[in-house]
Amino acid sequence: MYGFLIGVGVLLLFSIIWMVYRIQTLVSVVKGSDKKIASGSNKVNAILFIVFLVGTGILMFWYSIKEFDNYQLPVASEHGVITDKLFWITMAVTGVVFLITHILLFVFPYKYQYKENRKATFYPDNNNLEIIWTIVPGVVLAGLVISGWMAWSDITAPAPEKAHVVEIMGYQFAWEVRYPGKDNVLGDYDYRLITASNSHGVDFTDKNSIDDFPSPKVVIPKGEPVLFKIRARDVLHSVFAPHMRLKMDAVPGMPTRFWFVPTKTTEEMRAELKDPEFEYEIACTEICGRGHFSMKKVIEVVEPEAYQKWLVEQKTFIQNNPALAEGLTPEMKELAEIQIRESKK
Amino acid sequence: MATATVAHHDETAHEHHEHHDNFITKYIFTQDHKMIGKQFLITGMFWAIIGGFLSILFRLQLGFPEMDLSFLRPLLGGWIDEAGKLDPTFYLALVTMHGTIMVFFVLTAGLSGTFSNYLIPLQIGARDMASGFMNMLSYWFFFVSGVIMFISLFIKTGPAGGGWVVYPPLSALEQAIPGSGLGMTLWLIAMTFFIASSLLGGINYITTVINLRTKGMSFSRLPLTIWAFFLTAVIGLLSFPVLFAAALLLVFDRSFGTSFYLSDIYIGGEALPNTGGSPVLYQHLFWFLGHPEVYIVLLPALGITSEVIATNSRKPIFGYKAMIISMLGITILSFIVWAHHMFVSGMNPFLGSIFMFLTLIIAVPSAVKVFNYLTTLWRGNLIFTPAMLFSIGLVSFFISGGLTGIFLGNSAIDIQLHDTYFVVAHFHLVMGSASFFGLMAGVYHWFPKMFGRMMDARLGYVHFWLTFVGVYLVFFPMHYIGIAGFPRRYYNWTNFEFTNMYTDLNMFVSVAAIITFAAQFIFIFNFFYSMYRGRKATLNPWRSNTLEWTTPLKPGHGNWPGEIPTVYRWPYDYSKPGAAEDFIPQTVPLSATPESNLPHEQEMVKLEMEIMKEESDVLVANESKH
Repeated sequence: MYGFLIGVGVLLLFSIIWMVYRIQTLVSVVKGSDKKIASGSNKVNAILFIVFLVGTGILMFWYSIKEFDNYQLPVASEHGVITDKLFWITMAVTGVVFLITHILLFVFPYKYQYKENRKATFYPDNNNLEIIWTIVPGVVLAGLVISGWMAWSDITAPAPEKAHVVEIMGYQFAWEVRYPGKDNVLGDYDYRLITASNSHGVDFTDKNSIDDFPSPKVVIPKGEPVLFKIRARDVLHSVFAPHMRLKMDAVPGMPTRFWFVPTKTTEEMRAELKDPEFEYEIACTEICGRGHFSMKKVIEVVEPEAYQKWLVEQKTFIQNNPALAEGLTPEMKELAEIQIRESKK
Repeated sequence: MATATVAHHDETAHEHHEHHDNFITKYIFTQDHKMIGKQFLITGMFWAIIGGFLSILFRLQLGFPEMDLSFLRPLLGGWIDEAGKLDPTFYLALVTMHGTIMVFFVLTAGLSGTFSNYLIPLQIGARDMASGFMNMLSYWFFFVSGVIMFISLFIKTGPAGGGWVVYPPLSALEQAIPGSGLGMTLWLIAMTFFIASSLLGGINYITTVINLRTKGMSFSRLPLTIWAFFLTAVIGLLSFPVLFAAALLLVFDRSFGTSFYLSDIYIGGEALPNTGGSPVLYQHLFWFLGHPEVYIVLLPALGITSEVIATNSRKPIFGYKAMIISMLGITILSFIVWAHHMFVSGMNPFLGSIFMFLTLIIAVPSAVKVFNYLTTLWRGNLIFTPAMLFSIGLVSFFISGGLTGIFLGNSAIDIQLHDTYFVVAHFHLVMGSASFFGLMAGVYHWFPKMFGRMMDARLGYVHFWLTFVGVYLVFFPMHYIGIAGFPRRYYNWTNFEFTNMYTDLNMFVSVAAIITFAAQFIFIFNFFYSMYRGRKATLNPWRSNTLEWTTPLKPGHGNWPGEIPTVYRWPYDYSKPGAAEDFIPQTVPLSATPESNLPHEQEMVKLEMEIMKEESDVLVANESKH
């Protein structure tokens, strides 16, 4: 049905254009305007540039203002406030340039449209002008770059030692989350150890992994530094938490990281947006195959006390599946068994 | 001396050809640069329609996710499922092929291939390219590349689907996506042919510009088009081999068990043996071509625009030297900014800082070019031919898309914007649409030279306004969608809270895209209709200064029937004070225009006279020898 309609539309468009075309051609032959250097269309085109400038200008301002709350995602991390500020500073600077250059670009065609009795000004160069408009953009850009660079250096600096570590592993097509447990140190992993019951490939012969635990969602405390340790199991993925202004590729064979400080709990954000359903989300932003558009993970930001409480409640890999402790050295097995017993209390 | 013999040789070859051209040597395996240029153009147009059509398919999916696409089943077969939905894997294949086709086949081969071939010999005053045979090979390698890529669209597992950047491991592992099987193999073979084609062409362009310029055509008198084509060829020659290396290593990883890009992979229920490779290595190699590629696509368009704007403003291009220096700057800088595509790829953040500084430096020469275009328009006497309209449109896109580059080049801001629709909006405006408008400006401007007839101007106006407004309606809204954080290459938006909006805006974009695409058929009609039925062109319809307009209406192989004209001045003597006409072609000696010469030119008249006298002496001496 749509195809048919589109077909008819195209056909109509064509026949109208064809008729206009033939009539115009004949008229211009009769008038002899095809012999002129610039026909009457010159003026029409000149006016259309002004119409375009005014029309799209109004449309742009109207939509940008009307939709501001829609496209401006609320920000929920410390560095996000800084990068947002940089974004809007850059927007202001480039916005001014955008407007000025476009006004000139579309007003000049109107103002200097062809007139038979006028001659264009022979103005081949002016070195002073060239120097000015090399240096001014250079200086402005330097300002933007330096502020960007300072922010970038802070964001990518090593995470504070007390940062809460969360491991996020991407695979086709979901994320899995692992917490380091009480020791705040993630145990070793090896992709060759991956099985149906050990999807992370955690190496349980490493003492640090005994207290590691999985989680169906990312739970993090508000106001404290959090370090995402990011890796991928099969192809490239990219962790994107839009409200945290956080993005980092997950690369098979090369662990990456990103640390940040969340500033609003999920509850606070729900109240702010008056949306009781609101959740912080993680999406994938590196093309990874068929299910690329559906790699969702929820982040829940809670108060630090609630976070500590939540940590204690979680069950480790081994508590969930004691079979994982099989084949360990006696010493390690004992550690594992202590854990399992604890969880049964 | 070498130049002279080549020219002489070509002259005899030219006479020889006139008598023995048959259909095959004239239209198919031709060595005439003009015909090869036209071959590139027609093939480029074919690919532009395919590439545009693919984008309409995925825009239907994005704008109307609920739509029943069963009517596409005759064309797409099994890629439309029982419920009339597009297959998500094929969606990715569509995105991938759209990108590959548009970047390489349309905007590299279709633009640079067409106009470098067509214009370089005509504008520098040469009989043909340095090697007509290599030039012919260049086209036919491109043709073979196209055939292979075209076949890949129809195979059972679908064409390559890992995005046009084909990042491994996705592109290396068939288990990851079906398109990485045979489809990817064909993609790699096609690209190998394409790279060979680009190199053959590029070597030829460079050689021709350096060696075959006519008498008096110094580098400081070259039209900016030629400067642009020349520098484009240099960029291509230096960067395409790196893509070849990247592709070759990918072939090894795919077929011969090496681990250049693969490491620690568990997929399809098994752990692969590959260790020690790095996917980031591929990204470095790819973008070492990928970023210069942006300028390979853009510089020819800017060159064409410079020529068209100067001609139709009836004014010299403002800051001819500054324009050349900017292009040189862009050429050099284009090689050292590639990693700004990789700020969040996991590479060392310190490297990110370095590349941020380098990236924002490249904005300066781009800004200079824009200001120079504006000043060229200022106090001109503007004639809005369709070519002129498209050139002004190009400048507008170049500004709009260029400014958003300042956001993306800033690594701190890029964290949020990377791989969102903001990027899509950015590069479609600054590279896609701007270059496409350069291509259109070139076709409208040089059509009379190519086919001896005029294209219909009014259809051109309609085409321009529909396309210009259409492109903005398609890509401007994408900035909002991008700021809102919508990721690229998503089949739909309903899985996430934060993207579960803007269905109206996406629908609007899709409708605008369909209209814009439909408007291109006005051009297609105009092009083919005018080729046979258009008004007969005059020798110099735009009253332009450059050499191509001194050739006969339909130049034969060899371009000029007699001697190649000598050049006495730069190509931008428009509206010179004192001159009777508002243009003085490059072939008019300074001594013939004492009324309009500038003081420093008046001094050169003496020198010019001496040279001319010497030459006529030599000629007389040669004559007497015979």
